[in-house]
Amino acid sequence: MSRKSAWAVVKNAFVWCISLVVVAPLVLIVINSLKDASQASSMGMDLPKALHFDNFSTVIEKGKLYNSLWNSVLYAGASTILCVVLAAMAAYVYSRRRSKWNKFSYMFILLGLAMPLNYFTLMKTMQMLHLVNSQLGIIILYAAVQIPFSVFILYGFVGGVPKELDEAGTIDGCGPNRLFFSIIFPLLKPSIVTVFILAFLNSWNEFTMPLYFLNSASQWPMTLSVYNFFGQFQMSWNLVSADIVLTSLPVVVLYLIGQRFIIDGMTAGSVKG
Amino acid sequence: MRANKIYPFYFSLGAMLLYVVLMVIPGVAGILYSFTDWNSYSSAVHWIGADNFKEIFSGDNMYLGFIKNTLIFTVATIVLKTAIGFFLALLLNRGLALKNVHRAILFLPAVVPMLIVGLIFKSVLHPDTGLLNEFLRTIGLESLTRHWLTDLDWAFKSIIGVDVWKGAGYIMVILLAGLQTIPKDYDEAAEIDGAGYWSRIWHITVPLLVPALMITVILNLLYGLKVFDAVYVLTNGGPGYATEVMFTGVFKEFSMGRYGVGTALSTTLFLFMTIVGYFVVRWMGKEENH
Repeated sequence: MSRKSAWAVVKNAFVWCISLVVVAPLVLIVINSLKDASQASSMGMDLPKALHFDNFSTVIEKGKLYNSLWNSVLYAGASTILCVVLAAMAAYVYSRRRSKWNKFSYMFILLGLAMPLNYFTLMKTMQMLHLVNSQLGIIILYAAVQIPFSVFILYGFVGGVPKELDEAGTIDGCGPNRLFFSIIFPLLKPSIVTVFILAFLNSWNEFTMPLYFLNSASQWPMTLSVYNFFGQFQMSWNLVSADIVLTSLPVVVLYLIGQRFIIDGMTAGSVKG
Repeated sequence: MRANKIYPFYFSLGAMLLYVVLMVIPGVAGILYSFTDWNSYSSAVHWIGADNFKEIFSGDNMYLGFIKNTLIFTVATIVLKTAIGFFLALLLNRGLALKNVHRAILFLPAVVPMLIVGLIFKSVLHPDTGLLNEFLRTIGLESLTRHWLTDLDWAFKSIIGVDVWKGAGYIMVILLAGLQTIPKDYDEAAEIDGAGYWSRIWHITVPLLVPALMITVILNLLYGLKVFDAVYVLTNGGPGYATEVMFTGVFKEFSMGRYGVGTALSTTLFLFMTIVGYFVVRWMGKEENH
């Protein structure tokens, strides 16, 4: 028994070490976001001599953070709503009515999980649709790239909603729209929340698409503007750190609130027992 | 006919339209454009046959290096993330205090944007002031300090390391969920029969974990081949072309207006990944029928 408990102590200590390696870089940024410029220049783990919360207001002003925060919320929010609604409708029909065509369509959409974007021809397509340097354009593009993954996850969950409900609803005189939006969609809520959070996180963290398709700084989301801010203020690590903290805060908060849903969604399909 | 009324075809149109117009059509059109001299300096586009592909695969240019780096990155991150993720999942699976706290911490980097992780590690890996070298000096291992992101031998390894730091926790979470579906009885029965710890892991846990392991390998494969943010932020392909991957190469072609070669490079990846995707989707279809 004592050998077992000694092993348990070693194991716990070891896992703590790994957890520390994972949090250390994050803690480093938080600590340095509160220092003055000269103390932050060495980017050490030493505690701030005085707490400079003014770094955050400086960054918000110089980095035009309200603007990019709003852009990120708009792009991630609108695209995710669009994507989740369209994906749920498609997943519902594909799962319920397994005709040859629907099976093919579902598999065809799943191919998108692997398909890389071709930014050259995509640029041309977007230009033809007048969607380049446009907020609407980036929203639609974000929604499109999240579709395969969202359809995949929701398809699995639609199967869990009893089909008898559809029949009961139809007998009671529901048309397909009412049946889906007032009966099925609400029942899918837990999985919708999961897909929503994951798609939102992906869109929020997206950096490449705005890099290609948004020229003007006033349209940039937070990821792109923090990168640009880093370019301008490389010497002021306290400000860069503060900007990093503010940019990561929304996703970290979302993660802490929605952890269960995120882990559910990310493991969905991979472990069916 | 009734099914068509309750589950109308038009429900699936929106998703299909977005997917086809913005992903499939540009991808397929890219195949055609990769045989042209398309560029930003002239509006005329001429058919030039396979010249772009010759330029990529002849070996006279650095493109083959991009492809090689992409493959090295993909294989290295698959192996490291899976091995570390599996090891962590085993540690967390049973008999660990505060398991959920550790799981939350280890998973945290997965939700932070790669761009941000890159910026953070630009500081951590800084040769003079970076946390890593500072730490090595403090514990007396000064000889191990490196110019992590500018040394030819180390830059690419550092990028792989950062990516593993960010992604291993995610793999751990998937494998942990897989481990928890394995009934304890198997393990206990084998223990009574006198099987040692590692033998039980190898003969019982690993075979039962194969579906989850497959998923993690596929996820990492698809991610690795498309890697861009990590390289772009940490080294932007440098020093020289030492860390250049397919998508940073594509971005440079894009910036220089060399659309033809860039499209050919993209198309190479498009064809390869779509074929891989086809087999993955077929495999998932089979799994579902089980």
